[in-house]
Amino acid sequence: MIEEEEIDLLLTDLFEVYGYDFTHYSRASLKRRINRLWLLDKFPSFAELRFRVRSDTDYLKRFVEEVTVNVTEMFRDPQFYRVLRTEVLPTLAAKPFIRIWHAGCSTGEEVFSMAILLTEANLIHKSLLYATDLNPEVLETARSGIFAMAPMKQYSENYILSGGKNDFSAYYTAQYGHVKFNSSLSEKMVFSTHNLVSDQSFNEFDLILCRNVLIYFDKVLQQRVLTLFDDSLGPLGYLALGAKETLKFSTLQSTYRQVSGEKIWRKQS
Amino acid sequence: MAETKLKNPTEAILIGGSTGSIEVLLRVLPALPTPLSFALIIVLHRKNTADSTLATLLSLKTESPFREVDDKDPIRPGTIYLAPADYHLLIEQDKSFSLDDSEKVNYSRPSIDVTFESAADVYGSSLIGILLSGANADGTKGMQAIQKTGGLLVAQHPDTALVGFMPQQAIANTTTDYVLDIDGLIAFLKSVNTAQQTAASAF
Repeated sequence: MIEEEEIDLLLTDLFEVYGYDFTHYSRASLKRRINRLWLLDKFPSFAELRFRVRSDTDYLKRFVEEVTVNVTEMFRDPQFYRVLRTEVLPTLAAKPFIRIWHAGCSTGEEVFSMAILLTEANLIHKSLLYATDLNPEVLETARSGIFAMAPMKQYSENYILSGGKNDFSAYYTAQYGHVKFNSSLSEKMVFSTHNLVSDQSFNEFDLILCRNVLIYFDKVLQQRVLTLFDDSLGPLGYLALGAKETLKFSTLQSTYRQVSGEKIWRKQS
Repeated sequence: MAETKLKNPTEAILIGGSTGSIEVLLRVLPALPTPLSFALIIVLHRKNTADSTLATLLSLKTESPFREVDDKDPIRPGTIYLAPADYHLLIEQDKSFSLDDSEKVNYSRPSIDVTFESAADVYGSSLIGILLSGANADGTKGMQAIQKTGGLLVAQHPDTALVGFMPQQAIANTTTDYVLDIDGLIAFLKSVNTAQQTAASAF
C-alpha cells in the first residue's frame, strides 16, 4: 500500500518530468488507482514503481491511462439522453451551426451516442463534435469508431429507453466480435488531446458534456474546470454533468438554471 | 457489551450488504435513536440504474437525515448516507465523499471493499464495519482493512441472514468482534450511540 508521502513524490515527478498535474485529483480515488497498478504490475517496492514512471516514457503512458478512469458506455443514464432529445436539441435546432464539446470523452461511446441523437434530429449536417481527452491512447480508439460487440445489447436497450425509434444495429456493422460505427456518424467529429487541468478554452460551444470526470477532481480543481466551461459556453449554452455531479459547490450555480431535474444546466446570459 | 471493546468514540459506522440485506435495514433503521452520534454509511449491492426507489424506501424508515450521496458531500454525524448506484463510494481525508466509476470490484459497483478500505484509511480506530446478508465475498477485504487500522468488526449471524455467505466469509477471515442477530445488531447500535451521549453528558 502506498503512503501519502509517496503519492506526493510521485505526483511531483509526474509534474516535473512530464508536466502532468494530478495534485488536485481526488486523493482517495487516485491512491486506490495507484495501489491497483502497483499490484497489477508487481512492483517489489515503491522505489521501483517510481523509477519506472520517471524513466520509461512508454510506461508513463500506461500509468496515466490506468490511473485515470476510462470507463464509459453508450446512452448511459437513458433518461438523460431523453431530455437531450426532447428539451435541449430542439432549442439548438434554429442555430446555423451547433458546436458540442465532449470534455474527457475517453473511448468515445458518448460522442457516438450524441451523433446518433443529432442524426435522428436531422441536425448532424450542421453540427461539429469536439471530443477531447487527456489520454492519446483512448482517443485512438474513439477515432477508430470500433468497439467491442459484447455490450451492444445493453447499449441497444439504453438507446430504446432514451427514446430511440430505430434499429440500433443499423448504426454499425459487426465483424469478429467488434462493431464499427457508420462513418456518417464520425464525419463531424474532431478528436484532440486536451488536459482540463492545464489547457485553456479553445472555442465557444452550445453544449458541453463532461460526465463523470469532475468526480475525479477535488473541489478546487472542479471550480477551475467549471470556470473554463463557463468561459467556453455561448449565451444560453448548456452544460451537462454526470448523474451524481453538481454545481452546488461552485460559483456557476447562480447564473445557470437546471433543466428538467436532469444534470443539465443552461447558462442564463 | 459494545462499550468494552470500543477504543475510541465512534465517528462513522459502515454497513455493507447484498442479497437479503435490505430486509435487515428495514428493521434496523426504524429502531435507531435520533440524533445519531455518528455518521452511518450504507453500501448495498443494487441494480445499476439511477432511480431512487431504494433511497426513498430506506429514508421512510428513519427520522434521521438521510441522503443518497452526491459527489463531494461532506460527512456529518447524525446523517445516514446511501452509496449511489453504479459508483464506488470513497472517503477523503477531509471527511467528505468522492465517487469513482471505475471497474467493478467483486462484480459490484458500489463495492463494499472499496468503501470499507477507504474509510479505514481515514477513520482508523473510530470506525465500525458491519457486514450483513449476501451471496458474494465482497466486504471481507474491507473488514480486514478496518481490523488492521484498529476499528471494530461486526457481522450478521449467518444463520439469521437470508444468505449467510457474505458474513461467513468475513467471520472466517477476520477477528470479527461481534456476530449478531438483527435484535443484537439493534441493541449494539443503540449502545454505541448511548455510550457516547453518556460520555458527552458526563463533562
